[in-house]
Amino acid sequence: MSSVLQLLLEGEHLNTAQMAQVLGLSESDISAELKRLEGEQILLGWRPVFNPERAQETIVRAVIEVKISPERDGGFDRLATRISRFDSVESCYLMSGSYDLLVIATGSDLREVATFVSERLASVQGVLSTATHFMLRAYKEQGHLLLSPNEDSDKPAVSA
Amino acid sequence: MADDSQRFVADHVVGLPRSGIRDFFAIVAAMPQAISLGIGEPDFVTPWHIREAAIFALEKGKTSYTDNLGLIRLRREINTYVEHNFELSYNPDNEILVAVGVSEALDIALRAVLNPGDKVLYHEPCYVSYSPSILLAHAQPIAISTSAEDQFGINPDAVEAAWEPGCKVLMLNFPTNPTGGVTERAKLERIAKFAIEKDLLVISDEIYSELTFEGEHTSIATLPGMQERTIFLHGFSKAFAMTGFRIGYACGPAPLIEAMMKVHQYSMLCAPILSQEAAIEALKNGGPAVAKMKAQYHRRRDLIVRRFNEAGLTCHLPKGSFYAFPSIQSTGMSSMDFCQGLLTEQEVAIVPGTAFGPSGAGFARASFSTSYERIIEATDRIERYVDKVRK
Repeated sequence: MSSVLQLLLEGEHLNTAQMAQVLGLSESDISAELKRLEGEQILLGWRPVFNPERAQETIVRAVIEVKISPERDGGFDRLATRISRFDSVESCYLMSGSYDLLVIATGSDLREVATFVSERLASVQGVLSTATHFMLRAYKEQGHLLLSPNEDSDKPAVSA
Repeated sequence: MADDSQRFVADHVVGLPRSGIRDFFAIVAAMPQAISLGIGEPDFVTPWHIREAAIFALEKGKTSYTDNLGLIRLRREINTYVEHNFELSYNPDNEILVAVGVSEALDIALRAVLNPGDKVLYHEPCYVSYSPSILLAHAQPIAISTSAEDQFGINPDAVEAAWEPGCKVLMLNFPTNPTGGVTERAKLERIAKFAIEKDLLVISDEIYSELTFEGEHTSIATLPGMQERTIFLHGFSKAFAMTGFRIGYACGPAPLIEAMMKVHQYSMLCAPILSQEAAIEALKNGGPAVAKMKAQYHRRRDLIVRRFNEAGLTCHLPKGSFYAFPSIQSTGMSSMDFCQGLLTEQEVAIVPGTAFGPSGAGFARASFSTSYERIIEATDRIERYVDKVRK
């Protein structure tokens, strides 16, 4: 794994200049490496991790278990890709076990997600069944705890 | 209240200097907005699986005393860990003692072996408690200075030169707080030979050993003839980020552990059981978390050392620990003046090297146990300050 990628995955928010300082590289080295990571689709994109409750934004999320029939050429891939292309689909995974695809879908309200499932997802040819679970509350989002208030540290500012 | 109660304080305690760190802390505490690189502990919280083990132990009602030596389950895990990581083997029944941090282990080791007037060799700059702990045991500390030329490793010639009749103990701490210095194997071998020749007991504090970034950490206890004359001290505070659990241990020959146990039994009784339970979990399953933290310390170290050198403060590469120890001699200022000025003018706290002994003069300790962003901001400010005071 490249040092730039390792640093990104540590999770501290740093700009290109700061990353250059941390790694002892030039800013242009960092930019070139980021471009390479993106070009090779190792780094797929940039997204903030935010807490919709605090931002007072309504986002409805559902986890959908999807059973599909595999195709002779390509197994699940073509159908999975087709489902993944919908904007409502945030993530899509092939699973072992009692269903095939785990789809995480989002919408601005319940009706939007329900419409997506009934009118778009369920009607795709090859989709055999769906089971939709709406998320009620998030406790941890991509490594960040949501219900742990920042408390003042008791740590002395200087210690031996 | 009248303060004439001072007359009750014992002479050898009156004579102890207050830790230089405490004096500096008082100034920094009044400046909450300052960036502190003065913190001598991990910025990471104890990994959750370890905290969770302590909570589970509490839920199960583990609130009792334990064996004075510590839980036998923990002592067995310690032996397994020490065998695997240090190639040392101890009998969990009588050669391992669980203490309230390495600080207590060090204190009871000294009290168990020293007679009034015995002499103790230790290297300096060093952790603030070494000399006072020796004095509290009514013994005489003899400092061996280490220097930036030796990357703050101990020079065997200096050990031989410092030795005098009456020396009983040699204290070692590598990697060292505050310098990050280590001593390579060849030099340790010479020191070991000298210790055998002069019949010295070695007390080796290896609390930072997991945080060795270059080369393999060698414990002096592994060298031929040394295990039987070494008290090996280690703990959980630094590598496992468990400072507040106050838990460490001592391994050594059974008669010495027995003697330490007497002091421990009558003063501390035992280490807190919840911390002991957490320590078992740390030893069993803490490896990946330690490796992750170490990787971050490593990158931070490379960053801070490079920035100090760019800022005009010559800084050797600390091979272990989470401290950099740059020289401030190019500014012509004393350690205290430099650090106080830096704090007042740029609101960055680093600790004057003299807090760690007179041979720390001309240096300052900067902990890189903090985020990249803060290290970058702090070293930018230090660079501005150095530019200004040099004019």
